[in-house]
Amino acid sequence: MSSTPETLLIPKIKYSAILNVISKGFHVDRRSVMEYRQLNITYNVAPNADSSVLLRLGNTQILAGIKLEIGQPFPDNPDEGVLIVNAEYIPAASPVYEPGPPDEDAIELARIIDRSLRESRAIALDKLVITPGKRVWSLWVDIYVLDYDGNLIDASMLASMAALANTYIPYYEVDQTTGSIRIDRNKKIMPLPINKYVATVTINKIGEYMVIDPTGEEEAIASGSITFSVSEDNYIVGIQKRGMGTFSTDEIEKALDVALNKGKEMIELLKKLTAVTK
Amino acid sequence: MKLNKTKLVTEDGRRIDGRRPDELRPIRIDIGVLKNADGSAIVEYGNTKVLAAVYGPREVVPRHEELADRAIVRCRYRMLSFSTTGERKSPAPSRREIELSKVIREALEPAILSSQFPRTAIDIFIEVINADGGTRTAGITAAAVALADAGIPMLDLVAAVAVGKLDGVLVVDLNGIEDMNGEADMPIAIMPSLGRITMLQLNGVLSPGEFKSALSLAISSINKIYELQKEALRRKYLTIEE
Repeated sequence: MSSTPETLLIPKIKYSAILNVISKGFHVDRRSVMEYRQLNITYNVAPNADSSVLLRLGNTQILAGIKLEIGQPFPDNPDEGVLIVNAEYIPAASPVYEPGPPDEDAIELARIIDRSLRESRAIALDKLVITPGKRVWSLWVDIYVLDYDGNLIDASMLASMAALANTYIPYYEVDQTTGSIRIDRNKKIMPLPINKYVATVTINKIGEYMVIDPTGEEEAIASGSITFSVSEDNYIVGIQKRGMGTFSTDEIEKALDVALNKGKEMIELLKKLTAVTK
Repeated sequence: MKLNKTKLVTEDGRRIDGRRPDELRPIRIDIGVLKNADGSAIVEYGNTKVLAAVYGPREVVPRHEELADRAIVRCRYRMLSFSTTGERKSPAPSRREIELSKVIREALEPAILSSQFPRTAIDIFIEVINADGGTRTAGITAAAVALADAGIPMLDLVAAVAVGKLDGVLVVDLNGIEDMNGEADMPIAIMPSLGRITMLQLNGVLSPGEFKSALSLAISSINKIYELQKEALRRKYLTIEE
């Protein structure tokens, strides 16, 4: 059952101090309210994974890893590979996270990223077929939140996209008599086929102000947020409103303009960062 | 195989069930269908049938979950095991149901004046009896009138509908087949008198222009549902008077 979350008590003085700074157009860390924090990506932090990324967005840290396995296609999509996204908030990331299976927030996060990748057809799943209808590549995207300082959705989407863009399909051989498949992970045959990049831009409502990329303490006083998933060809490929706040249609349309602009900017930045490793 | 070959909207602008793009399915709202619940309602959008029940404000069990300054709102969305076409649905909560329980709670909670009932719980149970597209939106519409039926003070009712894209045409209130085979599905919940959006999701692809038209299409449909909600509530009180 989904229950009203217990929010940390925030002293009025702190609330008004943060609001005051935001009303002047700045975050508490002095950047503009429409600016992302410094983005830093480290590749291959877990060499046993087919691809892995440690992403830092300010003090938020996300670890995303990809595993490619041979599996069966879904019966309703026999000619496509399988994409599975999972997310977990590990207890090390914040004093309020507890060990256990993913809670509703983690499930929601994973499903937002899953939908954004799936609906935009960001990954060419139709090129991940080994034997049509029988054997396909299963693409496991696992996201772990290592350190919490706000804006987990945008950071996780960037981390997932970066990890996917750095994934290679390993060499494999199909034994014609037994049908068994031998994989040699030391040899790579091709990069994971990517149709397009996708980014999410989450616009938070703090007081009456719209803010992107809030820190943890800013996010704690936000009444709600709206996440737009934007593809590099300028389509909206997913939306999720979160939290107890509400939005007017005007606010939604303004948020959309911000998302389209910032989405493009983040995709360009991500492409630049991935190009360096290749 | 995907049924992409079947036309979802014909040349003369009719959908597979004969509706026009901006036409809702027949909507039925029955209030006070359960004796024990403080508030209850059954809502039908065509073949979709959803039951909502509300208990509260009541004592919080377990006690440590109560909040000193407001009521907690708890919500569970669930599909009955026989509600879907094809195979039986496992009764264990799926990831989809967990996400939808949260999304529906967040759609309803802004309307509830929960600070009037500190240290209590308001429980909302949504059971999908028959699923044919639009179960979350029918669930929200049902839960809002069930909350009103329970006498819980609210800022406004909440009404919800999905807008989607089929063969490039924007349509309202998708049925199951349209939902499965369409290009986009965008469920929206609004507090109609206040014009505040409390839920907005998109599963699919829309251009920014299409998104704006979809939003205004949703608002006009939601106003129609809002009228039906108010009428159903009025009807209930008329029968009590008699």
